[in-house]
Amino acid sequence: MGDILSQYDVLGAFGLTIYLAFFSAIGSLVIGTIVAVMRVSPVHVLQLMGTWYVNIFRNTPLTLLMVFSILGATFILGINLAPDSIDDNVKRWAIVMLSVYHAAFVCEALRSGVNTVPAGQAEAARSVGMTFGQTMSHVILPQAFRGSIAPLGSTLIALIKNTTVAAVIGVAEAAGQMSEIIENEGSSIGIFLIFALGFVILTLPLGVLFTSMSRRLAVKR
Amino acid sequence: MSGASVLFDAPGPRARRRYTLLAVLGVLIALAGVYVVLSKMADAGQLTADLWTPFFTAEVWEQYLIPGLSGTLKAAAISMVLAGIFGLLFGIGRLSHIAAVRWVCGVVVEFFRAVPVLIMMIFFFGVYAQNNVFSSEVNPLAAVVTGLTLYNGSVVAELVRSGVYSLPRGQSEAGLSIGLSPGQVLRSIQLPQALTAMLPALIGQMVVVLKDSALGSAITYLELLNWSKTLGSAYANTVPAYIVAALLFIVMNYVLTVVASRVERRLARRGRTTLHAVPADPTGGEAGNVGGLENATPAAGAPARGRAGS
Repeated sequence: MGDILSQYDVLGAFGLTIYLAFFSAIGSLVIGTIVAVMRVSPVHVLQLMGTWYVNIFRNTPLTLLMVFSILGATFILGINLAPDSIDDNVKRWAIVMLSVYHAAFVCEALRSGVNTVPAGQAEAARSVGMTFGQTMSHVILPQAFRGSIAPLGSTLIALIKNTTVAAVIGVAEAAGQMSEIIENEGSSIGIFLIFALGFVILTLPLGVLFTSMSRRLAVKR
Repeated sequence: MSGASVLFDAPGPRARRRYTLLAVLGVLIALAGVYVVLSKMADAGQLTADLWTPFFTAEVWEQYLIPGLSGTLKAAAISMVLAGIFGLLFGIGRLSHIAAVRWVCGVVVEFFRAVPVLIMMIFFFGVYAQNNVFSSEVNPLAAVVTGLTLYNGSVVAELVRSGVYSLPRGQSEAGLSIGLSPGQVLRSIQLPQALTAMLPALIGQMVVVLKDSALGSAITYLELLNWSKTLGSAYANTVPAYIVAALLFIVMNYVLTVVASRVERRLARRGRTTLHAVPADPTGGEAGNVGGLENATPAAGAPARGRAGS
């Protein structure tokens, strides 16, 4: 086991996993928030567009998006995100696809937060004379945010695990590194446990953190 | 839109004008997006009829897409059945009154929920191939099914557990007070109700299984994605092939989502508590995104559980 760890850069692979997860988390949060605003907006056309986005990307396998980004978008449509470096191009596409895919789930997480706020809250706020802006910033959004902590946490954990899908387009993150090791050294429980534990270490504290945060911040009703 | 009613008042004339403006703006931006995509495709010659007409021939369907679909559905169906069995066993195990059983089942379930499905597939593919566990053409399928079963089985186990927790406490108290043993209460009172309650979430989980089966293409399993790749090189229409494959996935999963929410509504009409079908489960992850369970206590270390849609 020791020489596998010294021969291969397992830590570096997990570093790349974290790198992908970090930027995709930001990307999906940005896109997801925009889509969520569209879906809860009072404008019917925007709602429809948001719904379409969610239905399309929630129901397409991430693997397909990844493969398409290289075999379709880069090779055939010629959209190269880093013309000088094949490595950077795959990495950037991986981040784009992870962001686009998880944005659908971020949108649903945010929307479910909004849905936890009872209509009476907004009605009460308006009846004491608050303006739209005040109602939003003092009454609705704080509660909605607290309601969406738990599903956002789940989405982040899923995103970290899904960075492994980038292996199918040759990004040398954890899963890519693992399959290289298995190809050279053969498959063994030890190798599996190294990588499995890596992901347990990455996701478990986050799970605990988000669960306790969502409990501590829960709106008592 | 239930969200809209919380956030916005009924619009007056000025707000309506603003909404129209926003709608027009939104449509324009969307059209611009569509234009960019289509012109990119046109530049690359991807809109020519030759690339798309093959999809209206029987040959493409018979030789590529139907085998692909059947590969995907086969893996998904076997995995779902096995995941159901795995989930039921470990879910019951987590509810056991023997602490050791509860603990072991808890560790197993939490472990397999935290490990990415692809990691499991790659590992089992290697193990099966080295030890000749299955014949070489069954190996990829076996690895796909193992990975999907372990992950989704753990999710189902969590569903069973939260399904039982979601029942009113009076149910088990009534059983105990007429002299049933805890095991009998679980079997004949709690589980039947919990299984009905988790039905929508279970159907929602099938979306995840179906999507994750595409990971099998990474370990040479011949499913829809892999066949579309072959189709793309055979007809030199990679882009259209992937678009058609994506559409097939979207249609299948959308139908499942609709069925799940129908079942949920139907159960709600009959006055049953349900675990919400939240297909908000990206490829892997977000196990029990189970809504509205006030008394479901996630074990320490369980990924945060959503309370969507309540």
